[in-house]
Parts: sequence; C-alpha cells; structure tokens
Amino acid sequence: MLAIAPALPLHEAGKYVAGAYVVLFAIVLIYVAIMAVRLSRIERELGDLLKRSERSTEAQSPPPERESTLA
Amino acid sequence: MYGRGLRTLSITTVAVMAIALGLVFFYAPLEAEQGFLQKIFYVHVPLAIVALCGFVAGGLMAIQHLRTRDPRWDMRSYVAIHMSLIFAVATLITGSIWAKGSWGHWWVWSEPTLVSFLIVFLLYATYQPLRFAIEDPERQGRYASVFAILAGAFVPLNFLAVRLSTEYLHPRVLGSSSNLPAKMQLTFLVSLLGIALLYLTLCKYELTAKHTRAQLRALRRRLAGESVEGAAPRGRSAAPHLALSPSASASTPRSA
Repeated sequence: MLAIAPALPLHEAGKYVAGAYVVLFAIVLIYVAIMAVRLSRIERELGDLLKRSERSTEAQSPPPERESTLA
Repeated sequence: MYGRGLRTLSITTVAVMAIALGLVFFYAPLEAEQGFLQKIFYVHVPLAIVALCGFVAGGLMAIQHLRTRDPRWDMRSYVAIHMSLIFAVATLITGSIWAKGSWGHWWVWSEPTLVSFLIVFLLYATYQPLRFAIEDPERQGRYASVFAILAGAFVPLNFLAVRLSTEYLHPRVLGSSSNLPAKMQLTFLVSLLGIALLYLTLCKYELTAKHTRAQLRALRRRLAGESVEGAAPRGRSAAPHLALSPSASASTPRSA
C-alpha cells in the first residue's frame, strides 16, 4: 500500500531532496572542520618541537671563544 | 607515505562529484512514480553500497593484519570501518528523508532492508567501544581484527537474507528486477563512483593525519631521549598504535 503512494509534487519533494543532499555536504563539511582542528594541533605541536630542538642545539653547542673573535 | 597522491585524488573526487551532481539535476529524467523525490536515490544508494563495501574491506584488511601482524593493516581496517560508519549514518539519514517523502513515515519497522541496515550499523557501532575497552595495543588490534572479520562476513550474509525475503517495499536498484533507463543508469554509476572516491579520499586523509601524528609523537620522544621503537601511545585510545615505517624512522634525525 505504501509503495503505490502517488508522487509528491515538485515543490513538496524539493525540500526532501535538498535535505538529503545537505546531509551529505554537512557530513563532508564537519569532517573537513575536524581535519582543520587536527591540522592546527599538529602545526602547534610541530612548532613546540622546533623550539625544543633549537633550545637543545643551543645548549649543546660550545660558547663562542672571545679571543679568536677579537683577533 | 599515506599523503602521496592525495592532491590528485582530492581533485578527481571533487570533479567526479560535480559531474555527478550535474547529471542528477540536469541529465537524469524524472522518475514516473516518485517524480523529483527519486533524486535522493543517487546519493542514498551509493552511500549504502560504499558503506557496506567499506565494512567488508575492513574485514579483509583485518585478515591481512592477523596474517602479517603488521599494525599498518590494523590501522587501515580501523579507518575503513570508521569511515564506513560515518557513511552509514549518512545512509540512514538520507534513507529516512526518502521514506518520509515517499511513504509518509520516517521509519518503517516492517521493511527488512531498513532494519537489516540498522542492525549492521549497530553492530559496527560497538567496534570503537570494543577497541577502547582493551588497553594493551597488541591485544586491542588482534581482538578488533577478529571482530572486523566476523562482522565483515555478516554483511554479505545479511544482504543475501534481505534479498531472499518476500517483502519488497524497498525499491531494487541492482539485479534482475532493476529496470533503470540508460540515462538513470549512467547517472547512478557516476554518483557511485563519486561517493566511492569521496570514501577513498577521506580514508587517505585520515590515514595521513594518523601517520603524521605518529611521526610527531616519535619525534617528540626522540627529542626527549626516549626510545621510539615499540613505544605505545600515551593514554588509552580506540585508535590503533601506528608503528613508524623504517624509511620514516630513518629519515628522522637521531638526537643523543
């Protein structure tokens, strides 16, 4: 009985069709937003690591010799 | 490693999806019975097919994981199932919208296709909690793979059982009872390709992100002077622990 229901007119079916396609694009958009958050977190962590590595390089390298620069 | 070819894949996905949308709204004829509402079919059915194939693919990757003990297969299986779950949610929502427009109800419990898809979805919804419940990464991967294989085998069986059932409210798309005109068939196939490419692209994005995070963790440990090899991720997580590839490890400079 449900299967032989008449087709909805265009103005009424349009909202359902739009709804279905909006769902797909909303899911993709939400995913892209989540990826953007993750990317910014990775960028922040990479920045931290870079700073840490710079600090450890500075700590390991010997201080510049004064005499040699003056001479 | 995982990011190779991602740009090309992303561009191809966008192009194919744009073509599919064009075909859906400007090329495919209106269906005689359902009219404009039938346009949902071009997004709902490909989503369902891709989600179910993704579940099966997750099971196949889990077999590879158990055979090789390579954690990268566990990661691939995890991502395939994770992405299929998202696609399954989209399938359920678009299907409900179609049901409301077509039958006047958001959900019909007597319809075997709807209920069986919901069962598959609920089955896979337990996958993440199962992983999260196991703390040891090695055991977590093994148990999750066994689950993925069993559940993956259930998907085609479930599909067959529904096909053999007598009640046919749900329209058939594939098979002998399908009588799609050529224009609709082409539009459907392009839509299916678009959704499949979207699935692959999102999986690749996810794998790339997870691999980058793993590399970052390894780099952090190396800078802190800890051992990288075999180190488990900090804290409990449902996501598998991705071991770094030898090339990735070799390319990262060692610090004392």
